[in-house]
Order: sequence, then C-alpha cells, then structure tokens
Amino acid sequence: MSETTQLTADAAVSGKKAAAPPRFQLARYRDLSLIPVIFVLGVIGFIVSPVFLTSDNLIGVLQQSSELSLLVLAEAMILICGRMDLSLESTIGVAPVIAMWLVLPSSGPATFHGIGLFPTWTSIPVCLVVGLLIGAINGFLILKLRVNGFIATLGMLTMLRGLQDGVAQGKSIVAVPASFSYLGKAEWLGAPAAVWICLLLFVIGGLALGYLRHGRALYAIGGNTGAARAAGIRVDRITWIVLALGGLIAAFAGVLYTGHYGAISATQGDGWIFQVFAATVIGGVSLNGGRGTLFGALTGVVSLQLVVNVTTLGGVPPLWDKFLYGAIIIVALIISRFASGEKQD
Amino acid sequence: MSNGRTPSSAASPSPPPAVQAEGIVKRFGPTVALDRVGITVGVGDSHALVGRNGAGKSTLVSVLTGLHAPDAGRVAFLGEPAPAAGDTAAWQARVACVYQKSMVVPELTVAENLFLNRFGPGRIRWSKLRAAARDLLAEYGVDVDPATRAADLTVEQGQFVEIARALSFGARFIILDEPTAQLDAAGIDRLFTKLRELQQQGVAFLFISHHLQEVYDLCSTVTVYRDARHILTSPVADLGKADLVAAMTGEATQTASSWHAAAVTRKGDGGTEPVLRAEQLALDGAFDPIDFAVRPGEVLGLAGATASGNTALGETLVGLRKATGGRTTVAGQPVRPGSVPHALNAGIGYVPEDRHRQGLVLGRSVAENATLTVTDQLGPYGTVLPSKTRAFAQRMIDSLDIKTSGPAQPVADLSGGNQQKVVIARAMARDPRVLVAVRPTAGVDVKSKDSLLGVVRGVADRGDAAVIVSDELDDLRVCDRVIALFHGRVIAEFGSGWSDRDLVSAMEGLPAGAGGDKGDQE
Repeated sequence: MSETTQLTADAAVSGKKAAAPPRFQLARYRDLSLIPVIFVLGVIGFIVSPVFLTSDNLIGVLQQSSELSLLVLAEAMILICGRMDLSLESTIGVAPVIAMWLVLPSSGPATFHGIGLFPTWTSIPVCLVVGLLIGAINGFLILKLRVNGFIATLGMLTMLRGLQDGVAQGKSIVAVPASFSYLGKAEWLGAPAAVWICLLLFVIGGLALGYLRHGRALYAIGGNTGAARAAGIRVDRITWIVLALGGLIAAFAGVLYTGHYGAISATQGDGWIFQVFAATVIGGVSLNGGRGTLFGALTGVVSLQLVVNVTTLGGVPPLWDKFLYGAIIIVALIISRFASGEKQD
Repeated sequence: MSNGRTPSSAASPSPPPAVQAEGIVKRFGPTVALDRVGITVGVGDSHALVGRNGAGKSTLVSVLTGLHAPDAGRVAFLGEPAPAAGDTAAWQARVACVYQKSMVVPELTVAENLFLNRFGPGRIRWSKLRAAARDLLAEYGVDVDPATRAADLTVEQGQFVEIARALSFGARFIILDEPTAQLDAAGIDRLFTKLRELQQQGVAFLFISHHLQEVYDLCSTVTVYRDARHILTSPVADLGKADLVAAMTGEATQTASSWHAAAVTRKGDGGTEPVLRAEQLALDGAFDPIDFAVRPGEVLGLAGATASGNTALGETLVGLRKATGGRTTVAGQPVRPGSVPHALNAGIGYVPEDRHRQGLVLGRSVAENATLTVTDQLGPYGTVLPSKTRAFAQRMIDSLDIKTSGPAQPVADLSGGNQQKVVIARAMARDPRVLVAVRPTAGVDVKSKDSLLGVVRGVADRGDAAVIVSDELDDLRVCDRVIALFHGRVIAEFGSGWSDRDLVSAMEGLPAGAGGDKGDQE
C-alpha cells in the first residue's frame, strides 16, 4: 500500500498502545511469559547447587526434555485446532515396538523375534508410518464417527499400551538396529542430536503455524469452527491431517527415546500425557483451542524440566516429582486465568 | 387493593390485573431497549405483544420475568409490587415464560422435570413423585404419561409440560414466546385449545408471535411496540390487520426515511445471463423447492421471519448446508452442493448471519479475520506473509472505513458495526460474483448500517449481484426485488416499490393483499 496509509496505520497503532490498558499488553506477550520464570529458575538453581550451571547438567536437562517436547509439539498443534489427543503417550512406545516386530528377523540370538517383513534399514520409516496410522485412526473416530475425542483417545491410549505389552510380551526390546538408535544417541556440535532435531522441528512447526495458510487455518478452526467453515476452510480435512501428524511426531519421539536409552522400554511414555498437558498449558496454549504458540509450548517444557532438575539438585526426593507437576499445572492455570482475564471451562 | 397501596391504578373497583408494568425504561449501554413502555394484562386475558425485531419485546419479557431489573418504572403482579431482583422462587410463583426452545431436561422423565429441585426432604420416592406428576398434569388436562422421557415428547407436549410446571409454582401469568414457530397446524390447534381452557381457569397469557393471524385467532387484546416505544394497545376486534401492520411499521415515519433502490427498468431482462440461479433448490424441513435468478447489477432480497427458511436458503446457496434437491448455478456453471470451498471458488461470497458464531475468530486480529478467505493469495507456495496480510487488511480497512487501531488489533475489541465490516471485508476479499449476506446489519448502529448496505449495493452496481437474506426492512430496501418466504414457501414477490405494510404482512404470514382488507377477520 502507499506510504501514507502505512504511516497513518503505524501512528494509530502507537497512539492506541499508549492508551491501552495493561491487560491488553499482558495478553499480547503471554507467549513470552515463561521467559522470566526460566530465568528465575536459573537463579534459584545457581543458588541451590553449583552443579546446576555446568554444561553437562544443562545439556542433560535439554536431552531429557527432547522426547517430551516432541509430544508437546504434537499436542500443542492438536489443542490449537481445538481437539485433544491423549493417546500420544502410548504411541511413543507402541510405534517403535511395532516397527521392530515388522523388521527384526524371526529367528536369532536376540530375545525379541519379529516377523522380518521389511529390511532392517526401514525401521524408522516404518515406525513413523505406524504413528501416522494411529493418528489417522484417531481422526477417523473423532471426525467420521463423531465420537467424543476425549474418550476415544483415552481408549486408544489404553488399547495401544496393551498392544505394546502384547507384541513385546511385556518386555523391553534391547536389540534394536543401529540405524534406529543412531539419532537418539548421536552427538552433533557438542550437544545431543536429539536436541538439535527437536529445536529444528519446533522452528519448522512454528514457522508453519505462523506463515503457512494451512498453519494459520489451525487458529481459525480452533478459535471458531463455524467461522472457519464459512470462510471455506476444509475444517475436517485439516483437523485430520493435524491428528495424523501428531501421531507421526509421537512415533518420532519414540525413535529418539529408544536411541537415548538404548532399548524400547515396556513402560516407554507411560503417564507422560500429564506432563505433556502441563507443559502445553503453562506454555500458554488454550485448552479451548485457537490460542497459543509452539514457542510458548517449548518454554513450558523447559520450565517444567528445570523445576524438576532444580528440586532434584536441591535434594528433594524424586518421589515428589508428581506432586510438583500437579502443583505447577494448577498454579499456571490460575495465573493464566487472571492474566488473560478469560474464564476457562 | 388488599393493602391499598396502589393509588395510581386507574380502575380501582375491578380486580387488579395479572400483570401491570408502567413506565419501564431499560438501557444497555448507550442503547435504549425500552423507552417508558407499559403493558397491562388482565386476569384470564390473552394479550398479544407484537413488534418488529428490535421493538423491545424480548427485553420486556426479561424485565417481566425478573431476568433484568428495569432502570425505571414499576412492575406489579395482581396489584402487588414485583419481587426483588434475584428472588427466583418469588418470580417463579408469579410468572413463567415458555420459550421457543424447550427448557426441560431432555434425558429426564416428565415427572422429574415437573418437580426438578422440588423433590421435598429426604430420599426421592419415585412412585409418589410420578403420582403427583400425574395429578398435576390431570389438573390442567395435559395428556402426557409422566414416565416418558422429556426428549420423546412432541414440541407442544413439551410446552404443555412447561406450562403445567409454571402453573404448579403458583404462577397465573404465562408468557409464550413464539410458541407456534415449530408446530404444525394440528399442534397449533391443540395448543390453542389448551390455552383457551386455561384462560377459563383464570390464567393470563402474554402471547408473542410473528404470526399475526394467530393473534387474531387467540388473543383479545393486542399491544404494539416499535423502536423501544409503546405504540398502541387495543382490543383485537377493533383493530384491522392493516392498522395493526401500520402500527408495527410506522407508516408516518416511512415517507421521510425510506429509501428504495431506484426502480430502474432493466434493458433486456431476459437477455442477460443471470449471475446466480437456483433451480428447484430445496432443503427438506427448511424450505420447499424454489426457483429464482439474480441478474448482473441486481440485489435480490429473501425476506422472511425467523422460521421462514430464508436463512437456511442463504446457507444452502453458500454451501454450508447441502440441498436435498435442485441445484445452484453461478454464471451458468453448476456449483457443487454442500461445499463452501467450491462455492467460494465459484464466486459466491458469504456474510454469515451470526458474526460471533460463524463470522469471526474473536481472539485473532482484524488482519487475520479479514483475510481468512484469501490466505491462498498472500504469498507463494502456501505461505502467508505477514507483510502482505497487513497490506491486504489495511486496504480493506481503508475501503470499508473500519474503525480500528490497526490490522493487528484483536477483532473482539471492535464495536459491533466495525466487527460486521470485518465480516463483510472477508466476503469481499475474493471479489465475489455474487454476495450472499444474511442479516448483514444485525446489531449495528445506524451509521454502520448505511455503509454496510452501501457495500452490498456496490457489489451490484459494479455489475455483479447480491442476495440479502433478512427480515429487516432497511436491509431489504436496497434490494431491486424481494421474495418473501413464509414457512418454507414463497408467499409473495415484490418489485422495488413495495410498501412496508405489504412486505411485513407477507412475512407475518398474511397472504398478499390481506393487508388491505379492513376490520375483522371472520
């Protein structure tokens, strides 16, 4: 547009800013609200223990955050478009197990025997496809059969956990192909590859949500489905894609987790969904959809992990972790309730 | 009377009226919803309250039922002043309102609904409860089994149950808000029979309806409100239909303010290819097969009251609902039914009825809302570039004169008129061949109204076409042609020069020409 209109618009904006009530500002920078929290946690950590500010400790925190953060990435996208997927915590375990079952040979010295349907190098793609399928099934249940998404994915959570137990016979799978465990184990540029990958995925996701038409559509769908539909957005199709993508990301988190710990644990991801929701919600993503950013969600994960790290270094027994998670969720909810001035149902 | 505390009431020897409201003023912010209005309903009377949208009927209902406290004026029931605001039980014992939508809990039985939250102390004795419910229903002659699930009742049975419930609280004054909108003829008959029986027992009714014939069938007195003011109260028998419609529309003010689309005689009407054409378009349960065509440069009005099916027709045209029969074509090309993206690509722009429900994503910015339909044009390879979005939105803001601090302002912070402009901007963003606007000026101020309608008119003036779906006369005035719907059928069609009275009569279900016959209806 012409110079003049742009100038008048800018002038109008700055004029409004001066007069705007502080709540407007608060709501605007909600995505950054955890930055000071992280800073404060850092200071507390520094006071509590000299170990805290060592690179080993901080990289350890990031590495531990990486798998969780991928689930948060998936859940944040799903929540922004107004849906909910509880089954992510089972996908992170069952997708690698099914991939192993499909690629590992049916005989040999290992304790776990698969059916050897695909060559070993396909283990990661197979794992991702399994995750994609799980997400697609969730989408089918929620969008085609129109069943309640909460209960449907709760059922999937339990069913997939049971599937993992059944296929792996309740045991951990230790002998995974080297290609499968590489990403979770490798170090690039002095930090675990998983950390870089997660950062990259968050950047890609953040850009997609901010600058792609289908990414922007998520906010419209979650904010007001009726308006999105009336504007010609293919609501069901996009929601379905997001759910499937969520499953895929969860499966990829499974790949990293497996590489990180060198085995597919039988309880991989068990109970994580609470932390996922905690991190997403304190990161400023609305449970009602249509609001929040991936950057906010990422700060949520980091804050949560830092709290645990600081308390561990401070000598609080890990048995109190769950108590802390719960308390953090509730405090964060109360803060965001009053910061945004909106009621939450 | 008993306490001799109402010296102002005029007819002192006769029993006090079931309800008497005087000098009621109610403001919502700068809007005056009720301006010193009054209403008096005698015991056993059935009183009709009519008026067009925005006349203040629903506000009066909320004042009379204690939902809103009036800013001035007083309400009395049977000569006693109304209970304090918030004293729900006391209000329930005096007045009840039966809404269009049933307020019963659908999954519970009729018996439980009747005594909801009044089960008495101790455990609930179901057999006693059912017996009490049966007695209650029998007392008012309602033939419904108390063990039925409320969801399984017909609409009028549900209304009977609600009326019985209200009466069991002791209320002898019942407000019926559009009770017949969802009833078929037989159901309306049964409802009216029941209402007349109850009137014999001294129950007073305030009947709010868009169906004027029903007013003549059921009511003895009618009160007309217009623009938040009381216009007249008269025995129904003394007021001809024409006078009633005139009172609702305000013929006197019409000549001054009414502007009609210039009745241009179009050259070669048959020759030009219509932009939009509906061929035997039908949606079961909403409207019967309808044919119409909108030519370039034309604005077509689809007039009709709430349950007339005109909104459903609008939503079918834009693909939000899938027609059960017939087809829509734009410039001769058929449009895939039930798909908004296809309708958009075919060139149909849509201004939805309810900007909060379908129009805006309230938490997001003006820019995002205004460009929701054109995200494919804001950058290469599916990207949406913020700079382009801002520029596009700024162009919209300038051309529609949207009052906002800038494209980044959340749309929730705008006034109603400016929010609606954002919705229009969204529809205009794709340069539609035909713009379908449903109630485009609902809830906006007069100034925005003119500019919004100017935009719609502008679409036609540049050689495209527009369809306005509305019951607002001001909206319909910009139309070159108006089709009036009633209960899903075309009841009348008008050229540009229609009179308010004819169109209102048609929308209220009086057959064309009935507005002219003076006097009684039988």
